[in-house]
Amino acid sequence: MAATTVARRAGIRLPAWRADILIVGAAALLLGYLTIVPLAMLLLGSLSSGSSALDFRFTLQNFQRVLTDQASLELLANSVMYGFGSALLAFAIGTGVAWAVERSDVPGRSIWYGLALVPLIVPGIVHTIAWLFLLSPEIGWINTPLKALFGFSLSVYSLPGMIWIEGLHTAPLAFVLMSAAFRTMDPSLEEAAATSRADPWKTFRRITLPLLLPTAASVLLILFVRAIEGFEVPAIIGLPGRIYVYTSRIYTSLNQYPPNFGLSAAYGAILLFISVGGLLIHNRVTRGSERYATVTGKAYRPRRVELGRLRVIAIGALVSYAIVAIALPLLVLLYASFVRIYTVPSLETLGELTLRNYTFIATDELTRRALGNSLLLGAASATVVVALTAVIAWVTIRTRLPGRGVLDFLAFVPITIPGIVLGISLLWVYFTIPIRIYGTLWILLVAYVTRYLPYGIRSASGGIVQIHRELEEAAAAAGARWWPTFTQVLLPLLRPALIGAWVYIFIISLRELGSSILLYSADSVVLAVRIFDLRDSGNYTTIAALSVFLIVLLVILVAILQRLGGRTVREA
Amino acid sequence: MLQVEGLRKTFTTDRGGVRAVEDISFTVDDGRFFTLLGPSGCGKTTTLRCVAGLERPEAGTIRLDDAVVSGPGHFTPTYARDIGMVFQSYAIWPHMTVFENVAFPLRVSEHPPSKAETQRMVEGALALVGLEGLEERPAPQLSGGQQQRLALARALVRRPKILLLDEPLSNLDAKLRERMRIELRQLQRRLGITTIYVTHDQGEALFLSHRIAVMQAGKIVQEGAPRDLYRAPASGFVADFVGEATFLPGVVTAGGIRALGGVVTCALADGLASGEKGLLVLRPENIVVRAQPAGVPNEFAGTLRVAAFLGDRLDCVVEIGDLLVRARAHPTTQLRRDQKVWVEFPIEHCTAIPDDGWRPRALARTFDDEES
Repeated sequence: MAATTVARRAGIRLPAWRADILIVGAAALLLGYLTIVPLAMLLLGSLSSGSSALDFRFTLQNFQRVLTDQASLELLANSVMYGFGSALLAFAIGTGVAWAVERSDVPGRSIWYGLALVPLIVPGIVHTIAWLFLLSPEIGWINTPLKALFGFSLSVYSLPGMIWIEGLHTAPLAFVLMSAAFRTMDPSLEEAAATSRADPWKTFRRITLPLLLPTAASVLLILFVRAIEGFEVPAIIGLPGRIYVYTSRIYTSLNQYPPNFGLSAAYGAILLFISVGGLLIHNRVTRGSERYATVTGKAYRPRRVELGRLRVIAIGALVSYAIVAIALPLLVLLYASFVRIYTVPSLETLGELTLRNYTFIATDELTRRALGNSLLLGAASATVVVALTAVIAWVTIRTRLPGRGVLDFLAFVPITIPGIVLGISLLWVYFTIPIRIYGTLWILLVAYVTRYLPYGIRSASGGIVQIHRELEEAAAAAGARWWPTFTQVLLPLLRPALIGAWVYIFIISLRELGSSILLYSADSVVLAVRIFDLRDSGNYTTIAALSVFLIVLLVILVAILQRLGGRTVREA
Repeated sequence: MLQVEGLRKTFTTDRGGVRAVEDISFTVDDGRFFTLLGPSGCGKTTTLRCVAGLERPEAGTIRLDDAVVSGPGHFTPTYARDIGMVFQSYAIWPHMTVFENVAFPLRVSEHPPSKAETQRMVEGALALVGLEGLEERPAPQLSGGQQQRLALARALVRRPKILLLDEPLSNLDAKLRERMRIELRQLQRRLGITTIYVTHDQGEALFLSHRIAVMQAGKIVQEGAPRDLYRAPASGFVADFVGEATFLPGVVTAGGIRALGGVVTCALADGLASGEKGLLVLRPENIVVRAQPAGVPNEFAGTLRVAAFLGDRLDCVVEIGDLLVRARAHPTTQLRRDQKVWVEFPIEHCTAIPDDGWRPRALARTFDDEES
């Protein structure tokens, strides 16, 4: 941060024709169009009984329903239980694994570290479907033996089932955040307690716990927000199980006849409100804990707890986690992708393995179109976001132009917008303004660019802060104007960060479901939506094949990203 | 009193290398300021952490006032040792106020003192380091220097038997370091608390210590009073690490070593015999530079390559054949660059020691561009 402020204070001289003012103006307009317009439309829509902003008829009826009627209160209760339940589960798993890897002497730490990140690659919809294969009441791998042995089965179509699947899926995020917290905590803070005659228990209670508490609280909050924003589990598990949360409710109120746009917008506004509130609290908490930073920049040698006899238990827990979270879902998908009809494996079914499902996805017109669309959208949105955010980041960090703070803020706003909420907002926008792109790839491109702006700006700003401004000043001293300096000095230096961001955005766009589901048409279908639709038609073994294909594709892309030295797949 | 005997600790670094502390033995008498001095990676911090109980030694015994705190089959955990420690990062607990940081060691003890007593002791400790009046300040709001003082107050508050300091001044800026060094010395002398200090800064070590142990690659290579280490280093490494010196290596002959095209007369360190490789360590302030020959023993003609005026002295570099000699002359001496000079190595300052092969970083041989 210090570097940023110094750079800002120093400022930079404006070229005579003030091209950058134009650039900033254009960027601000574009960003405002991408972020503020949809949100404004959402609010407008939630306050209207008409079906577009042109047909605006003010009413508070939508909010009245959303806030008071019985079904809505149930919805709130479900959403909160679902959010907190899966956040707690993910936090417990993630923190446990992080502690074992970072703070105990459990063997094979780097292996566990890698394994703990693997589920991040698996798209939410694929993860959910894998668990459907495992826990489906009739044919699930886990349920069939349970029924045979004990005469009961676990129903996945329940709130605990949803919590289990979502919690397991977000656990790696909790792991990443908590292991960072464990790693950046100066171990001499605990050692100082030991030299002050505090025994290990007192040290944990009075030093470790209070120091980790702010981080833990904010991690829980992030997990909560992510859970209630997610669409995959509520749609695939919740809808058949008749357990509704906000995201699935938004979807159903648009998919009924006649669609209730006002109501879905009001639900979207509530969801947005929760999400924004959660992130604001998170920012406050983490800013508060930045005060805690004492002496930084040191690579700490971690203090590891000697587990002794507990080691076996720790290894056992890690192995079972790896089996449950990684091996089982992947195995079940792989198996299902090679059979005709999904059942519990037996010698008989293993004898009848078939490539039929793969042949189907290779030849199916819609699936091929979905793949093409996904790749095209991924490449296009990554390119637009990276180009746009590189310029915005430069302006906000290196210049003193008025309004640059607004640019930075606007580019960050979408991080608070749940995918499905962006979906309804864009529906409202393009039902209203006379740009006829609904049902085309363009509206999806707009959605993706908006969603991924924050990732682009974060990585571009991070890259620019690290480039010493004297390198640019030297170019100026050598007689280079703004444009040659930007293209010949800054961009080449920034290239690794930008390429990393590009591949990262490409990867996450291949998994996007929440906003696509409301915006696609038969022509603009994408991969995640195709999986979702195949499920509607009961084609489970085909879904398995498509899922396996998608995972392989993503693994290859992640490998490329890591080869590029980019960041690991964080908030994927 | 602290006694360390035959201490050994091996561990693998993150990059896979192996670092070790081997056969470390030393004794620190009550009230003494003892320094472990050496370059980074020499094992000085590891040794200190073994004394604190933050590392578990593989072999050796550590006694604190005749009670074994670490030895074969016995290991007293850190929290049960009567020590106070200041960490390089200060390790100030950011979630506590200044008062709470200092009160912590009292509050977690088995028999916590009364509230009033705690108050009194904390105030006393803060007064010792000049932080009185800041009790209610949140700890992260202190400046670097204040955090350092706070760490010291926290280490001293329960009057431990021994105070351990791990490079406590290295995170301060130069001016502040100078001042804290003086305060630390006065404080230790006044309280008479037994202290072990770890540093890589020879100036700090000489300034603060009663005794210094110089460490190299996991071993103590020499231990002694600051004066003795400087005057009579046991090896080239020690001579180079503690102070500045010109090295004059040569084969030992009767009455001196063979060097500079003749014999340099000198005394011989114990155990150094004729025919062995010897090393003469020449401190710049002991070397005399003259414009005219004085006809004294150990006088050699050379060319003055550098004569830099530094206010209180004239720093000289004299070239004698292949050798570049660093010398110090009185600032009023009239000497010019490139003139012929005569250099005397006074016999009373010349004692050859066994040559361990260590050489200081070579002086650059091109002085033509330098100011003189």
